[in-house]
Amino acid sequence: MSLFQVFRVALRALVRNKLRSFLTTLGIIIGVGAVIAMVAIGEGAKARVQEAFASVGSNMLIVLPGATTQGGAMGGFGSLPTVTWEDLEAIQSELPSVRWAAPSLRSAGQLQSDEQNWSTQINGTTPEYFELRGWKIARGSGLSSSDVEAGTKVVVLGQTVVEKLYGNNADPLGQLVRIKSMLFQVIGVLEKKGQSPVGQDFDDAVFIPVSTYRSKIQGGLGNYIAGVVFVGAASAADVTRAQSEVTALLRERHRIQPGADDDFSIRNLTEMAGAMQQGTNTLTALLASIAAVSLLVGGIGIMNIMLVSVTERTREIGVRMAVGARPGHILAQFLVEALTLALLGGLIGVGLGLLTAARLASAFGWPMLVRPEIIALAVGFSALVGVGFGLYPAHKASRLDPITALRYE
Amino acid sequence: MSAPAATETLVRLTGVTKVYRMGDVEVQALRGVSLAIAQGGLTAIMGASGSGKSTLMNIVGCLDRPSAGRYELAGRDISGLSRAALAELRNRTLGFVFQSFNLLARTSAIENVELPLLYAGVPGRERRRRAVAALGRVGLADRLRHHPAQLSGGQQQRVALARALVMEPRLILADEPTGNLDSTTSAEVMALLQQLGDGGITVVLVTHESDIAAYAERVIVMRDGCVQSDHAQQPLRAPEPAAAAPAMLAPTTAVERPALAAPTGAAR
Repeated sequence: MSLFQVFRVALRALVRNKLRSFLTTLGIIIGVGAVIAMVAIGEGAKARVQEAFASVGSNMLIVLPGATTQGGAMGGFGSLPTVTWEDLEAIQSELPSVRWAAPSLRSAGQLQSDEQNWSTQINGTTPEYFELRGWKIARGSGLSSSDVEAGTKVVVLGQTVVEKLYGNNADPLGQLVRIKSMLFQVIGVLEKKGQSPVGQDFDDAVFIPVSTYRSKIQGGLGNYIAGVVFVGAASAADVTRAQSEVTALLRERHRIQPGADDDFSIRNLTEMAGAMQQGTNTLTALLASIAAVSLLVGGIGIMNIMLVSVTERTREIGVRMAVGARPGHILAQFLVEALTLALLGGLIGVGLGLLTAARLASAFGWPMLVRPEIIALAVGFSALVGVGFGLYPAHKASRLDPITALRYE
Repeated sequence: MSAPAATETLVRLTGVTKVYRMGDVEVQALRGVSLAIAQGGLTAIMGASGSGKSTLMNIVGCLDRPSAGRYELAGRDISGLSRAALAELRNRTLGFVFQSFNLLARTSAIENVELPLLYAGVPGRERRRRAVAALGRVGLADRLRHHPAQLSGGQQQRVALARALVMEPRLILADEPTGNLDSTTSAEVMALLQQLGDGGITVVLVTHESDIAAYAERVIVMRDGCVQSDHAQQPLRAPEPAAAAPAMLAPTTAVERPALAAPTGAAR
């Protein structure tokens, strides 16, 4: 008896009880569908996190002045400026693993156009900052080194600021805005960047040359940088090396004794992204395992109905045995029946899961990510469930005594 | 398939006993039965219920194994065979006809008949051909697609007979084959069985009705697990049924078989 024949006989038995077969597979359908949907949610969330971190900037370190631990009272990072402009220079020029280094000095301030005003964050920085963060100019030009050297009063606006001051789709290039009652010329508009991982609007900011910032907006710290330093590693592989190199360089320059605490701190965004990703991975695993439990429940449902089916068809089994079915034939028949139920449920479940995943993806506005290996895994697992839970009823059927089976009422 | 020499023994039981355990009680269903049945012909096993005739038939049909004693089928000792080997023996050497027909419900006549071929691994087209031929032999060539529920009792029993025949077995076991049939259809089925016996297949008939046993040429009477009597007799010839052309019962391989049955055949 060929496998095809076994399959045909099994299929006919299932078709004979359509509703029952469907209800039996429902457990598997829900299980597989849930696994697919849950994993898709997890993957979508992960992609979202990745995206968010990529928008901050990739391969990036942030050097914050101030000690992480210094006795009891601490004013927080930046309250005790320890990183100097020479330090920045050294980081930029001496370390091979560092591609860019840029200062970022910021404060809140009000901008005034002819018609409107808007309070936003004013950043003083250098052209490297935009390279480092992968932030492109949408219109006009960005800050140039000559702007920084000369300390010109030019400003680059973020999209949100443009909208607030000039309205949508306005072209503010060449306009003059007032910052602290000084006139700055708008030379460029940045691309939209979106939100940070914690929901801060990156586009609600303006950028002016760091020299201008120091002389006109907030001077007074002399040699020390009253802000943070962004460091871009040469490549993703260099991030860790850059972190240790920057640490070693600053410790040396600050003459910190071995064993003493750093008087600065470095945030590794890649590491943070990794931790966050691990978090979403755990979430995905949790969701998927809950879904897997329902698959197991579905398997028990199959076993249950197969046991009923074996009892119901005892006489049929007897007849089959009388005309020459070997125990192996009977075993195969019921096993394939259980397998077919599970696989059918698995396939419908995949369809349903994909549909759910697509709906959820569009509802949450994140990319729909379904890895084919997850589908294969879900279908494979449901097949396994079918075989696993079908084995006992099938074995029971194959061990029936033909005489008893034939006389069964 | 010409009839083998009547002297060849197909079934030989030697001191066969069968003991069932029902809880703490041991039931002696067979207490040392010895008998031999030759190839061909119709043998009836009679007896009241509880006489052991069904147990005897189960053992002869390789559905059950003796507790003690020896059973040889076609010269082969079957007492030590595995379940799978017994299944194969049932498939290739034996055919069953039951009182309650035991056709698969909601399954067409031809598929019922194909069942033994399926388990024998006969490929699809050949299977179909042989099943059609077998149904033709019992006069149901026009009922291939009918389900058991759409057939009369007599027709159902003839489908069962076709299923028993389709593997060209050497032994057909019929357990009260007419028990659920009226007397006219009973006679029809008996005519078919008789003709099979005449054609060289050994037919063993289990019945408690003496007017059915009358069709047999040998009657074995069981009582309390022993053979009470065993005698040959002049069989009653079943009237030729008008519906099923008897010539259809001729084995497909022997077209010019001498007319053991009435030569009304070749009508179709």
